[in-house]
Amino acid sequence: MNSIISLENISYSYEKKPILQQINFEIHKGAFVGLLGPNGGGKTTLIKIILGILNPDSGSLTLFDQPLEEFKSWNKIGFVSQKSNSFNKGFPASVYEVVSSGLTSKVGYFKFFNQEHKEKILYAINAVGMSDYTYENIGNLSGGQQQRVFIARALVSEPELLILDEPTVGIDYENVQRFYELLHDLNKQNGISLLLVTHDTGTMTKYATKIACLNKTLHFHGNPKEFENLSEKEMSKLYGHDVNIVSHNH
Amino acid sequence: MLADLLEYDFLRQTFLTGLLIGIIAPLLGTFIVVRRLSLIADALSHVTLAGIAFGLFLEKKFAFMLLPPIYGGLLFSVMGSIFIEKLRSVYKAYQELAIPIILSGGVGLSVIFIALADGFNTELMNFLFGSASAVSKTDFITILIITIFVLVIITLFYKELFTLSFDEEHAKVSGIHSKQIHLLFIILTALVIAASIQIVGVLLVSSLMTLPVAASMRIAKGFKQMMLLAIVFGELAVMIGLISGYYLNIPPGGTIVVVAIIILLMTISYKRLQVTFKGAKA
Repeated sequence: MNSIISLENISYSYEKKPILQQINFEIHKGAFVGLLGPNGGGKTTLIKIILGILNPDSGSLTLFDQPLEEFKSWNKIGFVSQKSNSFNKGFPASVYEVVSSGLTSKVGYFKFFNQEHKEKILYAINAVGMSDYTYENIGNLSGGQQQRVFIARALVSEPELLILDEPTVGIDYENVQRFYELLHDLNKQNGISLLLVTHDTGTMTKYATKIACLNKTLHFHGNPKEFENLSEKEMSKLYGHDVNIVSHNH
Repeated sequence: MLADLLEYDFLRQTFLTGLLIGIIAPLLGTFIVVRRLSLIADALSHVTLAGIAFGLFLEKKFAFMLLPPIYGGLLFSVMGSIFIEKLRSVYKAYQELAIPIILSGGVGLSVIFIALADGFNTELMNFLFGSASAVSKTDFITILIITIFVLVIITLFYKELFTLSFDEEHAKVSGIHSKQIHLLFIILTALVIAASIQIVGVLLVSSLMTLPVAASMRIAKGFKQMMLLAIVFGELAVMIGLISGYYLNIPPGGTIVVVAIIILLMTISYKRLQVTFKGAKA
């Protein structure tokens, strides 16, 4: 099977505090992987390592069969972050403009958007069901609509892998369901592999083809059926680590 | 003024220069405002003053113009912009510290050079508050070249600048050279500030970069629209400000800024009315 991401013995620590220890992890083409785990368990750190934003202390990382150091085709990877971290609500940009920014690096320096690019932008906006808002100011949209726009921005460069870091935070239940349906379609119809970081255990087991649980180390890595059958003891082992950390007495 | 425009060369030069900075100041201002760097314009304008004072000091010392003020200003402004970027990478967690450091440094140097050049004179006054008569032919041509350069660079790097301004993290992840592009942008800003000082003056140049943007931000639906509206507002402020300043015998910096503020107030009340109207309809 084609491996898109492969991590071998990845460790990372911040100010001598270990965040990730000996992570071995693989994503195959066409997979829909849910990455679960408690807050502070290292999920976002792992994503940042995969995206080349952080360098691991040890271990090796392969993206599309190339070691990270040689990997240049970042266009193959689309990334949707937790919106609140990197987006200023008052920024006056239309949906079209925001989505077009997803093509910037693919088009390249000293080149301009042509008709084909414009069609791709409109297609991506349509794919996430936001066509009615193409020329609206993004600040006027609801949280769920904004998140769809960010998915379109990631889709427009036609990535083979989409990484989403807790994309449903702050979105109401109904829209979260629609959002998962959208991801499901992208995975099944467009063949885009997905890596989704979430707290949403219930919904995740419904859609994902594989589940990984991270709390400093990788505690579980298997299919959703096995995950649902985990005993309570095993579950508490997964999350218990975190509970111990926050409950120490002063 | 219109009749005088045809008669006097210097007035025509001032007017054309005004038209040019009415484009480039709000154009760069759009990126400056959305990236929350408005105060950098103030810091750089004070460094520009130091450069101008340095030119005047050399002129005094050697009795002829070694460094025309506009070139002194440009030189210091660009050096200041590079220095700001250095400081911002030194104080990563407190990037805004670079602004008071550069601003006070600029004022400090200005005071020294002004004192060495034997104090305050009308020429300096022109640079502080702007002037409708201080634009020489060299100034006009220099500013024309700067305008063309700025327009070409912004057109070439528009999509990168927009992507970076909207979401720096996303831009970096997608492989855009954010550091280099940011440096290029800051140097452009320095050039535009040094160019604009001839007309609006050191103390008011940042307002020409930010006020038209603040106004257009209220009503624009997208980024490009905001940029174009900001330029329209900027041109309006410069034209009305220059003409009224000329007739009322007031430095144009003052009148331009007051017009820009009136435009800003008008857009704010327009938005208010729109909201109330919509509310009433619902």
